[in-house]
Amino acid sequence: MASIRPRIGVEYAEKATIVTFTDEKILEEKDIQALGESIMSVVEQAERLNLILDFCNVSFLSSAVLGLLIRVSKKVYERDGQLRLCNIDPKIHEIFKITRLNKIFDICRDVEDATESLAAAH
Amino acid sequence: MASKTPISRSTAVPSRPSAIVEVGKKILSELEAGDFSQEDIFAVHLALEEAFINAIKHGNKMKPEKEVKVDYSVGSDKVEIFMTDEGNGFDPNSIPDPRSGENLYKTEGRGLLLINSYMDVVEFNEQGNRVHMVRYKEKPRLAATASQSQA
Repeated sequence: MASIRPRIGVEYAEKATIVTFTDEKILEEKDIQALGESIMSVVEQAERLNLILDFCNVSFLSSAVLGLLIRVSKKVYERDGQLRLCNIDPKIHEIFKITRLNKIFDICRDVEDATESLAAAH
Repeated sequence: MASKTPISRSTAVPSRPSAIVEVGKKILSELEAGDFSQEDIFAVHLALEEAFINAIKHGNKMKPEKEVKVDYSVGSDKVEIFMTDEGNGFDPNSIPDPRSGENLYKTEGRGLLLINSYMDVVEFNEQGNRVHMVRYKEKPRLAATASQSQA
């Protein structure tokens, strides 16, 4: 099987779809593009999608990934969905704070917290 | 024990995103060997990636025949990097603040903010095609210094 990096894991839970980034570092433009296509295909599968992006494996990312997250977020909200980010490493959280993207993304502690937050939004 | 003589190197890499990987690995491993903190290593890694992407995308316009020159030195107290592209340069003051208004929702334009936030010195040459970045290992700790002098 061809190895496409970076990979994602997708779990269809009862109250949310959880996309987990499986690579530790997300950097290269072609990887970010491939990642975007994978996530968008999940987003396009359903209207009113409750999407959780789980960063538990990620220890490093560049600003290009932030751009991708904004594109994903626009797509999710266009389709009346909800988005939560969770399990963000403190060093990466600092990037969100510096860029003030913590103001536009709902960042939760973990998947459980994100699931509760989505339930509370309905 | 690490030598106090800074390790200085110069290299030129082609304008493709993966080309910085090897140079980055060398710089980061020298920081590890020089006892720089994980915070320092993260900061330098991020600044290096962002500066390189800016250099190949906005400077060299992704033209494969154009190169980016990376000069760096790792000393006992600081790491210093010069990155020079073959573009016409830009005015760093002309870059809009990605944190304000509608810019917050743009998908690009955060690289320079991150470089400025994570490096202690960031300066450009007059032409705007070379960035000089420094990160110090030890930061001035005014509170600690004050409490020590009182003790």
